[in-house]
Amino acid sequence: MSDPVTGIITPIRLDYTYTPGTSPSAFLRGMKDGKILGRRCPSCGKVYVPPRGGCPMCGVEFAEEVQVSDSGTLVTFAVVNVNFANRVIDLPYVSGEVLFDGADTTSMVLVQGIAADEVRMGMRVTAHWLPREEWDFTFANIDYVEPTGEPDADYASYKEHV
Amino acid sequence: MRDVAVVSFAQSATRRDQTRNEVEILLPVLREAMEPTGLTTQDMGFTCSGSSDYLAGQAFAFVSALDAVGPWPPIQESHVEMDGAWALYEAWVRLQHGDIDTALVYAFGKSSPGDVGRVLSMQLDPYVVAPLWPDAVSLAALQARSWLEAGHSEKDLARVVARSRRNALGNPHAQLSGDVDEEALLDEPLYADPLRKHDCPPISDGAAVVVLAAGDRARELCDRPAWIRGIDHRIDVQALGSRDLTTSASTRLAGQRAGVRDIDLAELHAPFSHQELIVAESLGLEESRTTINPSGGALASNPVMVAGLVRIGEAARRISAGEGDRAVAHATSGPALQQNLVCVLEGT
Repeated sequence: MSDPVTGIITPIRLDYTYTPGTSPSAFLRGMKDGKILGRRCPSCGKVYVPPRGGCPMCGVEFAEEVQVSDSGTLVTFAVVNVNFANRVIDLPYVSGEVLFDGADTTSMVLVQGIAADEVRMGMRVTAHWLPREEWDFTFANIDYVEPTGEPDADYASYKEHV
Repeated sequence: MRDVAVVSFAQSATRRDQTRNEVEILLPVLREAMEPTGLTTQDMGFTCSGSSDYLAGQAFAFVSALDAVGPWPPIQESHVEMDGAWALYEAWVRLQHGDIDTALVYAFGKSSPGDVGRVLSMQLDPYVVAPLWPDAVSLAALQARSWLEAGHSEKDLARVVARSRRNALGNPHAQLSGDVDEEALLDEPLYADPLRKHDCPPISDGAAVVVLAAGDRARELCDRPAWIRGIDHRIDVQALGSRDLTTSASTRLAGQRAGVRDIDLAELHAPFSHQELIVAESLGLEESRTTINPSGGALASNPVMVAGLVRIGEAARRISAGEGDRAVAHATSGPALQQNLVCVLEGT
C-alpha cells in the first residue's frame, strides 16, 4: 500500500492592469504634482480624499474637484510597540488618522517629529513630503506628518471623525 | 407564488473601459433604471448584486460597489459571487416572503483588467483540472468539438454569428454588430479549433440594473410589467468528463420547471456560438416560432457577471414594449454551460 497523498502545491498567478477610475486617477496625478485633490459630493457637500467612485452616503457622482490643504488635524492615532517582519522604522512609532483642512474624510499617515508619548488627539500637523524628484503617482509622496506647533483643535471640530 | 415583475431595466454600453472604475460605470445605470419608477434606491425593500472580485482583481469590489447605491441609512442588502441573474433569483425569493414589495438587482463586471480566460479557470476543480490552466475559450472549444462530432455543422455556427451581428445593429449597447456573410465567416482562420474568433465573445466591461416589484406595486410602477411566471436554476456535475457536453441537462430541467412553452422571444446567454444552439435545443425552442437573441446576445457583448442579467432585462424590456407576450431568458455560469437559470416572462 502506497503512502496517502496529504497535500499538493498548485502554483496560481493572475496578472491585472489596474484601472483606478476617473476620480482616483485625478487624485494620483495630483499627488505627482504635490497636491491633494479631493472631490465634492453635489448632494451632501462632503469632500472625499481620496475620492473613489462616488459619494457612498448619497449614491451620486462627484461634481467638482477640490484641492485640500496638506495641513490638518490628527483625529486619532495608535502607538505601535510590536515588532513585525520587514519593519523599516524604529519602535515605538505613531500611525495616525489626519483630517486635512478642507477634507471630510481622514487619511492614515505616519506621525513623526514628536515623541510617541507626547502625541495627542486634536494636534495640528502638516505634511512632510519626500524630495520632489521622488514624487510618483502615490499618496506615499507624503512621507509623514509632523506637528505645526499651532494650538490643538477643539474636539467639536473633529469629533465626527473619531 | 406571489406575482413579481420586472418594472425597469437599464444597462451600460459595453467595451473595454480603461477610464472608469466599477462604481463610475454603475452610477449612471442605476440612475437610469430608477428614474422611470420615481423611486430611489433607499425606497427599495431589498437590494441584491452579482459580481466577482476575481475579474478585476479587486478584493471586496462587491462592497465598494455599494457606494453607487448610497446605502445610508443602512439598507437590506445581499450579494452573490455569480452572474446578476442569480442575484435576481435571490431577490425574487426575498419578494416571496411578502413583507416587501420592491427589490433592486444590479450586476457589474470589468473583464478587461485581467486575462478573463485564465480568471475563469479558477472556478474549476482545484486538484486535477485548474492546475492545468485550461482557459475558458479552450474548454468551450472542447465542447464545440464534441457537439460537431455529434452530427452538427460549422455552417450552423456561422448562421448564429451572422444573426447575432445583424440583430446587434439595433442594440445601442452592443459591442460587435454588422452585416456579415455566413460563407465569409467560414473563411476566417481557426482561433481555438473548431472555434473561430467570431464564435467567441468580446471582452466587455459593463453593468446592468433591474427593478423588481410585486403585485399592485408593479402595476403602479410600470404600464406593462414583465411578470415572472417561472424561474428555476439547475447545475450539472462539476467534472467535465462526467457529463454529455453536447447537450445541457440542467437547462432542460430548469426550462421544464420554469414552464417554457409558446415562446415569442428568447434571450439566451450563450457566450460561444455552439452554446446558443445547445441551449435552444435543450429548451425546445424553434427559430420558426421564436425570435432568438433579438439583442444579439452574449456574442455581441459579454460583460462577465452581467450578461445573464442583461438577458432577463432585454427579454423583459421587449415584453413591456409589447414586442411579444411570452419570453424566456436564460443565464449561464461555470465552464461549458455548467449552471443554468431559466426565467419565463409574460406581459399579462
